[in-house]
Amino acid sequence: MSLWIAITLMTGAAILAVLWPLRVRRGASAEPAGNEVASEPALADLAVYRDQLAEIERDRASGLIGAAEGEAARTEVARRILRASAEAEGAVGAGGNADRRRRVAAVAGLVGIPLIAGSLYIALGSPGYGPQPLAARLEARPEQSDIAILIRKVESHLEANPQDGRGYEIIAPIYARIGRLDDAARAWSNAIRLLGSTPQRQTGLGEALIAQAGGVVTTDAKAAFAAALAADPKDPKARYFLGLAAEQDGQPQQAAAIWSQLAADTPADAPWLGLVQQALARVGAPVPAPAAGPSAAEVAAAGDLSPEQRQQMVRGMVDRLSARLAQNGDDLDGWLRLMRAWTVLGEADKAKAAVSDARTHFARDDGALGRIDALARELGLGS
Amino acid sequence: MNPEIGQYALVLALALAILQTVLPIWGARVGDAALMRTGPALAIGFFGFVALSFAVLTAAYVQSDFSVLNVVENSHSLKPMLYKITGVWGNHEGSMLLWVLVLAIFGALVAVFGSNLPASLKANVLGVQGSIGVAFLLFILLTSNPFTRVVPPPAEGQDLNPILQDIGLAIHPPLLYLGYVGFSVTFAFAVAALLDGRIDAAWARWVRPWALAAWAFLTVGIAMGSYWAYYELGWGGWWFWDPVENASLMPWFAGTALIHSAVVMEKRDALKVWTILLAILAFSLSLLGTFLVRSGVLTSVHAFATDPSRGVFILCILIFFIGGSLALYAFRAPMLRQGGIFAPISREGALVLNNLLLTAAAAAVLIGTLFPLALEAWNGAKITVGPPYFNLTVGALMLPVVFAMPFGPLLAWKRGDLAGAAQRLMLAFGAGIVIAAICLYAQGGGPALAPLGMGLAAFIVLGAVVDIAERAGIGRVPAASAIARLKGLPRAAWGAAIAHAGVGICLFGIIAETSWNAERITGVKLGESFTVGGYELTLARVEPRNGPNYRDLAGIFTIRRGGVEIGTVESSKRVFLARNMPTTEAGIRTFWFSQLYVSLGDELPGGGIGVRAYWKPLVTLIWLGSVVMALGGVLSLSDRRLRVGAPKPAKKPKVVPTPAPVAAE
Repeated sequence: MSLWIAITLMTGAAILAVLWPLRVRRGASAEPAGNEVASEPALADLAVYRDQLAEIERDRASGLIGAAEGEAARTEVARRILRASAEAEGAVGAGGNADRRRRVAAVAGLVGIPLIAGSLYIALGSPGYGPQPLAARLEARPEQSDIAILIRKVESHLEANPQDGRGYEIIAPIYARIGRLDDAARAWSNAIRLLGSTPQRQTGLGEALIAQAGGVVTTDAKAAFAAALAADPKDPKARYFLGLAAEQDGQPQQAAAIWSQLAADTPADAPWLGLVQQALARVGAPVPAPAAGPSAAEVAAAGDLSPEQRQQMVRGMVDRLSARLAQNGDDLDGWLRLMRAWTVLGEADKAKAAVSDARTHFARDDGALGRIDALARELGLGS
Repeated sequence: MNPEIGQYALVLALALAILQTVLPIWGARVGDAALMRTGPALAIGFFGFVALSFAVLTAAYVQSDFSVLNVVENSHSLKPMLYKITGVWGNHEGSMLLWVLVLAIFGALVAVFGSNLPASLKANVLGVQGSIGVAFLLFILLTSNPFTRVVPPPAEGQDLNPILQDIGLAIHPPLLYLGYVGFSVTFAFAVAALLDGRIDAAWARWVRPWALAAWAFLTVGIAMGSYWAYYELGWGGWWFWDPVENASLMPWFAGTALIHSAVVMEKRDALKVWTILLAILAFSLSLLGTFLVRSGVLTSVHAFATDPSRGVFILCILIFFIGGSLALYAFRAPMLRQGGIFAPISREGALVLNNLLLTAAAAAVLIGTLFPLALEAWNGAKITVGPPYFNLTVGALMLPVVFAMPFGPLLAWKRGDLAGAAQRLMLAFGAGIVIAAICLYAQGGGPALAPLGMGLAAFIVLGAVVDIAERAGIGRVPAASAIARLKGLPRAAWGAAIAHAGVGICLFGIIAETSWNAERITGVKLGESFTVGGYELTLARVEPRNGPNYRDLAGIFTIRRGGVEIGTVESSKRVFLARNMPTTEAGIRTFWFSQLYVSLGDELPGGGIGVRAYWKPLVTLIWLGSVVMALGGVLSLSDRRLRVGAPKPAKKPKVVPTPAPVAAE
């Protein structure tokens, strides 16, 4: 709001700069406006010439110039004075139409200034966007801070506590998302160094390195995925990128083998399944049917079954999942898969029960609750 | 402060500048006092809003407001406060804003201190100034807006170019702009006079203070730029004939010619057409310099942001102002009445010689700077016109100028006595020969011209002393009256003599540095020594250091002369963290007027470190001489005669409006 007040005041001051000199002067109004001015140049000249005469007189008196030289200089200046005096007398006032000119000038100020300034400001300015001094941004509460400031705060925290591996782990994926890939890779390396290697950290590092290299799976990235795979042989991300590495190394068969295996192990609702299938199609390998979490053997067996038997088998698998989650409910993805599976099987009640069980289990985890509710909405299960 | 206020102040300034262009000139055409009075008010308003805008941008830098793109691109929150402020003009957008700010300052000064000017001249001057303001504000707003915002704001800036993170950035550009843009006032006076059709001796008196001020600022600005390049770039050179340096040298030559021809015009009502042309040329060359630096035509240290579309815009400004003013000149000049006549050997004749040679030098620099560009545009051939060309042409033209310089002030107006002047200079001439002989003996072989140059420099300095002594009549009148006359001498006479002596001092430095400069490029390990110019340097230690936003690797050398240790000198390689860019911090020790200059190179493969070391005899005189020149200009400016001339208000109170005797004593 204060910006608009400032803009109004500034515009007013600017208009005043035009109007103030135009105001009619009481004392001078008797004098025709044109006359006083037209004669003035010659008068100003006269003042300079008189001053020059005085100067010559001074120089002569102090002996700087001789009497003859002084006389010659005086004559010359005197000639200039005569000419200027003649001009001063011969000057004619312009006058006329003074009031109309003042009105035009006043209108130019009153209308022209806001018009020019306003239209340009609309084109160039961002009136809704206040100042953002760094100190104030740093002092703002975290929930009001922008992402850049939050990153900066984590950074200064890490500068002071360079051994805090958790900090690096938090900031690494954020770096990756905003495109600061060097920093992302460095943060993942630090997290691995300080907290130890996990598949998640290794694949994060590998991904950052690939993005940095413009999509090429470098040796370092490959090493990171290999480390991830060593800890968890099923890690889908590591397997996908190792397949990509094989493809880039000119070994499409090997890539196809890795990806086929991966696709076979991938649940049907996994978000990355499409990516794997595309990759398989790219290297010309057969794309296996999506699996709903069963092992490859089960899928192969399912092909020989009748629809009822297949339904039975799927039910069995979902029941197994449900039982596993009842024992250990920490697997959020499992819960989501269960919700989806019951819905697909037409068991809306069981699906709703899965939603409420999952919600109870993750009651203290806002992120998980959000995902559960989102999927419930998507599946039409209410919330 | 809200950056939007700065943005709005800038567009308001444009609106005022448009009115300032139209209303006062219209008023002067029809002789309307009220319209003419809008000139000063608008000029002051224009100044106010540009200053506000500049202050808001500075505040954004100081507070690290990274929602302003310009701050993001050129600042860093850890930068020392001084460089946060100087960073405002250490970039394209900000430097253009500084340009307009200086223009506004001069406009406001004319408005405030121009009360002794005829109203129509003042109105026209302010109108022309307004039109320059319109052109440059449009340029800023349409192509280089310093208030462009960023959403979302980043948390840190990209820092200022490390070469610019130096005290030099606080001094050199503002002084240079005060010089460049100062000539806009003389330009405005010239165009205003052409519009009015009235050019007389009084005009020259009104123009001279502005020309002197601009010239003094430009002189110091160029000298400071030269010293900055000398210590920052690490090559030990003080003038590179870089196109951007040439761009500042050309208006300096034209401006030097202008302040001299204006004297002739004021005293003798002669050389009017020529003086007007010089006033136009000085500012045109300033504009050309701005164009060369800002357009991206040239790549150099100064071209921190380049963009072809900006180049086209500035080219249009250039064509409008230079073409327009020269067309007006061609149309009006033949109508001007010629003034006093004079013999070739006279004060006027000497000043004409000075003018011709100075403008020829400006032309030589112009050709050397633009010819490669024109050739490249013509057939794509890339050639470089280097120092040999400039040294030869400018040197050959300057030699007669400086040799004739002591004669000029000793010649009488109208008809001079060359033999008499030469006779009075015999003492200075003899002293010059003695100095030359001493130098010849001392150098014992070496550049043959160097002792002659030193002799010439001595002749110039002593010539200036002779000038003052002659005016006081020392040796001709009794001592007491000579002292009285010395005190009574106008400050302009002192100013001229001091400025001329400054040229001689500067020449001492140039000749000594170029003739007897010693250079040593070598590699040293810890504890190793080498000698340069009679000094023995030993690498004592190498230390890493941390600055606020940089890291240093400093090499400390002990200096010995004749086996006796006389101090240390330290040079460092500096890496700025934000841009990961290395710079060299030269180590300089001054002994009297000479300097020992050490610059650290890269680490060598076999261990040790590369070093360039120079012994530069009398090198500081180059810049001290320039400062003395500018001081002469300032002294001349303070002469009371330049400030009188206001119509006496007491005599005709009704006839003369607004008699504000601010400028009168």
